[in-house]
Amino acid sequence: MRTSKRALLLACVLASGMATAATEPGAGADWMTWRAADDVTNTASLQRGARNFMGYCLGCHSLKYERYSRLGTDLGLTPQELQKYLIAPGDKPGDYILTTMPAGDAATWFGKTPPDLSLMARARGADYLYQFLKTFYVDASKPTGANNLRLDSTAMPAVLSELEGLKRAVFKDVQEKSADGKLMSAHVFDHFEQLAPGRMSAAEYDAFVHDTVNFLDYVGEPTQVARRALGIWVVLFLLVFTWLAWLLKQQYWKDVH
Amino acid sequence: MAAPASPPASTPKPGGLRAWIYKRFPVQEFIADQLTGYYAPKNFNIWYFFGSIALVVLVLQLATGIFLTMFYKPGEATSFDSVEFIMREVQWGWLIRYLHSTGASVFFIVVYLHMFRAMLYGSYRAPRELLWLIGMLVYLALMAEAFFGYVLPWGNMSFWGAQVIVNLFGTIPVIGSGLVEWIRGDYGIADATLGRFFALHVAAVPLAILLLVALHLVALHQTGSNNPDGIEIKERVGADGHPLDGIPFHPYYTVKDIVGIGVMLVMLAIVVFFVPSFGGLFLEAPNFEPANPMSTPEHIAPVWYFTPYYAILRAVPDQRAGAFLMFLAVALFVFLPWLDRSPVKSMRYRGMLSRGALALFAVSFVVLGYLGLQPAEGLYVVLARIFACCYFAFFLLMPWYSRIDKVKPVPERVVFHAHE
Repeated sequence: MRTSKRALLLACVLASGMATAATEPGAGADWMTWRAADDVTNTASLQRGARNFMGYCLGCHSLKYERYSRLGTDLGLTPQELQKYLIAPGDKPGDYILTTMPAGDAATWFGKTPPDLSLMARARGADYLYQFLKTFYVDASKPTGANNLRLDSTAMPAVLSELEGLKRAVFKDVQEKSADGKLMSAHVFDHFEQLAPGRMSAAEYDAFVHDTVNFLDYVGEPTQVARRALGIWVVLFLLVFTWLAWLLKQQYWKDVH
Repeated sequence: MAAPASPPASTPKPGGLRAWIYKRFPVQEFIADQLTGYYAPKNFNIWYFFGSIALVVLVLQLATGIFLTMFYKPGEATSFDSVEFIMREVQWGWLIRYLHSTGASVFFIVVYLHMFRAMLYGSYRAPRELLWLIGMLVYLALMAEAFFGYVLPWGNMSFWGAQVIVNLFGTIPVIGSGLVEWIRGDYGIADATLGRFFALHVAAVPLAILLLVALHLVALHQTGSNNPDGIEIKERVGADGHPLDGIPFHPYYTVKDIVGIGVMLVMLAIVVFFVPSFGGLFLEAPNFEPANPMSTPEHIAPVWYFTPYYAILRAVPDQRAGAFLMFLAVALFVFLPWLDRSPVKSMRYRGMLSRGALALFAVSFVVLGYLGLQPAEGLYVVLARIFACCYFAFFLLMPWYSRIDKVKPVPERVVFHAHE
C-alpha cells in the first residue's frame, strides 16, 4: 500500500520535473570512495544513532541480539532516559530490540523480509552502509519507486527521502575496455541531481547517516570499546613478562659455552 | 633414553608427601628422562621455538574450546545464535571466542613455520622419518579439526565452504556420491552435518591430535632433536656420557622457550584485542550472516590456511584432476625423507640448487595462498598454474637436484656463539 503510494508520488515528481534544489554538477560521482568515518567511542553520536534507529529503522528492522538494557549501559543512559527515549512502547528493558512488523507480511510487502541489522556492519562494513544510505535515487521502473547505487534493485524503499529529499541519478554512456581488450559501451553513473529538498540540509542528513551507521557499528560488536581498552593492558603486561623471561634466560645461558 | 643426569635438585625428606608420591609414581624418573636428562643441541635458533609454541597453542585451543562448548548449541536453528550469545551475553565470552578463532590461525602459522624449519635443516631425514610421518598425521588431523570447527558458527561462508570441501570427496570414482552423503548425513550440508562435525571437532579429532602429539614427542626423544647444522650430536659424547654439543632441555630450553612463547602471546594479544577479524582473513565478513542455502557469497574461499591447496584445485580445468592434485599436494610432504638424496641435511651446507628450490617452494606456497583468496579468473588462474607447477617440481625433481647439488663440508661440531 504504502510503497505503491510512494512510487506514485515519485512518478509524479519525475513527470512534473520540479527540480527545486539542483545540487552542484558532478555531485556524488565519487560515492564509492565515501567513508563512514565511524567512531564508536563517541557516545553522543551513538545516542543520536540509537534515536535515529528507533525512529526510522525499527519499523521494519530488528536488532535481535541486542537488549535495550545493554544499549542503556553502553550508551551511558539512565534507566529513566532509556525508558523515555529509546524503549518501544510495550517493551521492557530486558527485551531484545525487535520490530513489530510480522516477518511473513514483510516478505509479502517487500518481496523479502527486511534483514536483522545486528551484524550488518560486520557483514558488509560501515562504509557499505554509509554509501547505501546516501545513494538512493528515484527510479520509476522499480516497485518502490527508488533504486540504490550501492545495492542495485534493493527491495528497501527510500524511507529516508523525507529527510534527504529526492535525488535523480544521471547516467552516461562511456566506452570501456573490457578484460579481453574489446571496447564495450557501458551505462555508468555520473552524478546526482536534487529533485526535491527534504527536511534536512545535505550536511544535516550526512550527520544523520553518520550517527546511524556509527550506532550499527557499535551494535555489530558491543564489546569493542572495552576490548581495545583492555588490550592495551594485556599487551603491556605480556611485554614486561617477556622482557623478564628474556633476562632470566640470559642468566641461565651464561653457563652454556 | 639417557640415564638420570644429575641427582635431583632436592632429595625429598623421608616420610614427607613428596617421598610418598615418588615411591608410588615415577615423577622423578620422568623429569630426569624427559627434561633434565634430555639433551638438546645447544645451537637452536629462532626456528626451534615453534614446536613448543605449537604445544602452547594446542593447550590454548583445548582450554578455550571447552568453555565455548558450554554455551555453543549445534543445530541449524541454534548454532549462529549461540555464537552471538557467546559474543554478547556470556561473561568474557567474546574474549574466549576471539582467542579460539585467532588461535586456529596462529596454530597454522606456527605449524607451517615448524614444517618449514624441518625442510630447512633436513629434520625429516634419517633417523627421524617416523618423527616426520607422525608430524604429518598431526598436520592432517589439524586440517580436519580446523575444517570441522570452521563450519560450526554456521555463517554463510561456513556453509558454502563446507559445501565445496565436502563435495570434493564426490570426485572420487564409484563411491564418491555415496561417500559425500555419508559424510553429510543428509542430501545437503544441514542439521545432521552440524551435529557430527561438532562431535568430531570437540571429541574425536582433539583426542587423535593429543595422542599423535604424544607419539611425536616420544619419537623426538628417541632420536633426539636435529639442529641448524644437521649434525648428530649423539655421535660426539663427552666423558660424562652426554653429547658434547648438548645441554639439558630443562632448564636451558624451558627458560628460552618461555621467551618465544611470550613473543607469540604478545602478537596473539594484539590480534585478539585490536584486529580480531584480521582484515577478513581470520574471521570473514560473510560469516557474520547466517548460513543461507539460497544466497551464495560473492567469492567462496576457504580460510587462508587452506588457500594454497584451493588455488591448486582451481588451477586445473577438470574438477576430478584438480581434487586429485590438491590431495597430492598435501600428501607429497610424506615422501620428503625418501625424495631427498642430498649427502647433507642442513641448507647451511647445501648448494644453490637445493636452496633455490626451497626458496621457490616457499614463494609458491605463499603466492598460491594469496591466489586462493582471489576469484579464479584471468591472470590469477595463469599464475596459479605456474606456481602449482613450481610447487610440484620442488618435490618431484628433488631426487635429481638434491643429488647433483654441490655441498659444502659439514663441520665436526655445531656452530655456537656463547653469550658474552
